[in-house]
Parts: sequence; structure tokens; C-alpha cells
Amino acid sequence: MSAEPETYTRIAAFGGVYSNHYALRAVIEDARQRGAEAVFCLGDLGAFGPHPDRVFPILVENDVGTIRGNYDDSIARGLDDCQCGYTDPRDNHFAHISYRYTFDNTSQTWRDWLGELPEQLHIRLGDRRTLLCHGSPRSVNEFLWESTTPTHFLEKLCDDYDADVVLCTHTGLHWSRKLSGGRLFANVGAIGRPANDGCTDVWYTMLSAAGGSVRVEFVPIAYNFEAFAQEMVDEGLPDQFVETIVTGWWTTCNEVLPFKERRRGKF
Amino acid sequence: MMAADNLRPAPAGATPKAGSAGEATPRVPLLALDYLWFQVAGTVCNLRCTHCFISCAPDNHSFWFLDLDTVGAYLDESKSWGVKEYYFTGGEPFMNKDLPTMLERTLAIGPASVLTNATLLPEKTVRRLAEIDAGSPFSLELRVSLDGPSADTNDPIRGTGTFERTLQGVQRLVEYGFLPIITAAQVWCPQEDGKVYQQFVDALHRVGYGRPRIKILPSLHIGREADRSRSYSDEERVTSAMMEDFDASQLLCSSARIVTDRGVYVCPILIDHADARLGADLEEAARPYALGHHACYTCWMNGAICTNFSGIGLER
Repeated sequence: MSAEPETYTRIAAFGGVYSNHYALRAVIEDARQRGAEAVFCLGDLGAFGPHPDRVFPILVENDVGTIRGNYDDSIARGLDDCQCGYTDPRDNHFAHISYRYTFDNTSQTWRDWLGELPEQLHIRLGDRRTLLCHGSPRSVNEFLWESTTPTHFLEKLCDDYDADVVLCTHTGLHWSRKLSGGRLFANVGAIGRPANDGCTDVWYTMLSAAGGSVRVEFVPIAYNFEAFAQEMVDEGLPDQFVETIVTGWWTTCNEVLPFKERRRGKF
Repeated sequence: MMAADNLRPAPAGATPKAGSAGEATPRVPLLALDYLWFQVAGTVCNLRCTHCFISCAPDNHSFWFLDLDTVGAYLDESKSWGVKEYYFTGGEPFMNKDLPTMLERTLAIGPASVLTNATLLPEKTVRRLAEIDAGSPFSLELRVSLDGPSADTNDPIRGTGTFERTLQGVQRLVEYGFLPIITAAQVWCPQEDGKVYQQFVDALHRVGYGRPRIKILPSLHIGREADRSRSYSDEERVTSAMMEDFDASQLLCSSARIVTDRGVYVCPILIDHADARLGADLEEAARPYALGHHACYTCWMNGAICTNFSGIGLER
């Protein structure tokens, strides 16, 4: 067993940075102002956005506890793709562009750093045993969407992994569910692109120990999305990626969305 | 960790032998029961498709309908297994008049997917489905089979007039807010993938489906499809060597079982095979399965093809 987990009363957590260094800075600053004792990033640092090397120093300088997502794993190991498992030809086309750009523009130093990130972290929120992971406790690339994740499935995950609170990301959409005995599941969402809701804000998650349970709060963040979009244009990234940043609607890689999440979006 | 169990030799005499060398057939353990399937209409279908891997037809009564109480009991039991998604197939699931009620009960606890030909969807039924969907936080997926982007390509396989009738069903589902997953078996030349895919998109646009979801499946050379195209060759089998460094969680048999009126089987593809019946209930059927059938080779090549979000990756 590793050392006794660190105990906190108030933390911030997010995933899916997707090279969005503007949003990353804005989220960290906001989280500190809201009294976060620690900030955690649940992985997928690259993809989609420009200049992937710009997010890593921000994470290090701000002591953000970071775990390795499937994208980070692919980049670190030099795999052929992002391990998202797309089969739709259009999604594959854009996923390939995104992955090649990110891989080619991530320096070896930071690829090595990605490879050394832990797959999971264990902390305590108050007295609640909290497990931080990327996709799910059992798989780095498992999608846990709100409309396809039964409560009894989440209860079993908590039982199987000895956790009172499970935090994940990977889907890019934030949601949470209260479980039995004051337990909690939360998908902390992504800060690299909006939540497919027609708004340019991105979302992160504040979690606070409250009595015997944990309170979850999703926080929208306005940031300089115009400057970010301009960098994407300057780097020659696809118009479709830029469109997502400036409109708030996901334009690519929608194939993996279940019906209810897909219907809420525009494409 | 559990994947190591794949390579454990099967008990002598328990499974068919693979290959000329007679080596042990690799076995796949049930890692987790994520997907619970219901053969809800048995092998009874209003169509008689020439590529059906379990030869469903109006007069194929090999498997019969599941009743509401049976499905309800399995739904209750499924919670302790941590089942993640529920799938309803046949035959044609909508031939079972209790299907909407079964879906309503399912969607009270988790997401449901129905594999349908969409030819038995009068407005009354679609309206009911929309009401059920509106009452649940979980997704109700309608997976609609269509095997060509035109009557000329689809109807020789699925039957005269089916292209038109299926598109009418799709149109009705779309009008009621659904985004059906159009599921096509790859019955054309792989070189034509890009062209055929675009033709599907165009055909669906024409009935008002503006952002179609399309899933392409490999054909399975068993049942009627063995006569229509070809049967498997002797070499198309999964060997122990092929399971080395292979992620067994890619296979449906590592994460699913299917309930039929004759017991619990390993997967929806193999219900015509006696060795695929793993037990009378989930507990019995949780044992490992030996990949002794040629069709297992198709899943080894393509992954869990029966789930909603996997299929053949098409080249552009």
C-alpha cells in the first residue's frame, strides 16, 4: 500500500485540458479564489487545441495533481492514435488530425513527463475515501455518460474499488449522482472546450467535505476564448475545432455520444 | 489481471478443438456483466433476410418470446451484477407486444437499446416510446437495420418493399425526436465503403434525418449468410496464439450474456449453437466461454461488434 492519502476539505477538479492554456489559467485562478486547497487534473492534456507544450508548465508551477488520460498515454508511448475508438469516418479523420498535430508538437521532455503520471490518485475529502481516475476506476478509456450509467453500476464501482467518492472525466460532459450512504460519483467535465451547450464557457468542479458526505458544485468559467480561437487559426487547426470554441457546440467526434447527450447538442 | 485466465486450457472434452493441430481453444472469462441482452422475440421476425446469422423468420420458432415477468426478474437481478446497459433483440423485438412495457421498466434503472427493422412502428408505438424516453434520465437507443442505401441494394437482402418501410419508420422516429442508429451489415465491397456511406447519409437526409448516426457491421458467415455469401474457412478460428497480447475486454463474451426462453447464452450471435448455452440463469452462465466457433474470429478481428458504439472503421 502507498502512503496514507492526503486529506482535504475543499478541492477543485477538472479534466480534458485539450491544450487550452487560456482556460487552464482561468480555472486555476478561480479555484484558488474559491478556496480550493488543492487542484486536480484528471488527464487528457493535449488534443484539439494549439501549442500542447504550453499547458504542462502551468500544471507544474501550480502544483496541480495530474493523472494520465488515454490521450496522454498515447502521446507518451508514441501510439498511432488517441485510443478513443472512433469508427465513424468523419470522426476518425478529425481525431487523426488532432492527434498528429498534438504528437508532433509535444516535446520529448513533456512526453516523458506524461509517461510518469499516475493512472489514479487516492485522497480523502473529510473522512471520505476519494478515488480520482480518468475514464473509470477500471479502465482509462471507459466513457461514463449520465444517460448510460445506472446508479447500481456506480454503487458497484464504489464497492469494488473501496471508494466513497469516485471522480472521473474522459467524456467532456460534467454530471454527478448521489449514491447510498452519502457516497458520490462525479464526472468533473472538461475545461478544454465548452460542454456542447451553445455557450463558450467551460466547466470545472468544486468538491467540499460537508458533514459525512461530499458536496459537488459545477462552475462555469468565462475565459479569453477569442485569443485561444485565434491561436488555433494561426496554427492551421481545422475550422471545425475553432467553431466549437466560438459557438459552444461540438462539431466532431460526436459518434460516441449516447442518444440523450447527442440530442442536446447541435450536430 | 483477469485476462490471464484467457489462456487457461479448456477441460478435456468440454469444448470443440481448434485447428488441425488440435490445440486447446482459448477461453474468455466473464470480466464483468456490463451488457445484458434479451432475445425478446426469440427467432421470430416479420422479415426473412438472406444474411440473417440466426435465420430468423415468421416461422422460425426455435426460440420463443420472453414474457414480462421473466424480463422483470432479470432486471431486478441485474442490479447486483452492476449491469451497465440493456439490449433487446430478436427476431423483431416489436413483435413482442410487451416490449414497450419492458423498455419502460428497464429505463427506470438504466439505458436500453432495441435492435429493430423499424417496419412495425405505427405512430401510436413511436409516441409511446417518446413518452417512455421523456420519463427517464437514461438513453433509449433505437438501432435500425438497413443493409443498403437504396431499394435496389437493400431489398434483395431484406425483402421487397423493406427499404421504403424502414425509412418510413426512421422518419417517424426522427419526427418524435429520436436519433436512430442505422445499422448496416457490410454486404458490399470494402473498396466501396466511402461511396456507400455517403449514399446512406444522402438517403437519410431525404427523409429528414439531418444528422444520421450510422454503424457498419461485418457480416457473420453463419446461418443464412453462409449460403448468401460464403461460409468461414478452416483457418478462420481463434487460436491461443492469437489471444496472446490481445485485450479480451474487446470481446462481447467478456462482458455480456443473453437471456432467451431456453436459458442464458454467451452472446446474441451464437444462440443456434448448443455449446453457447451456458446455463439456466446468470449465475450458471457466468463461467468462461471457449472461442470455438468460426464466428468468434469475426469478433476477434472487429471487437464487440454488437454494442452501440463499435463497428468497422471505414477508410475515407
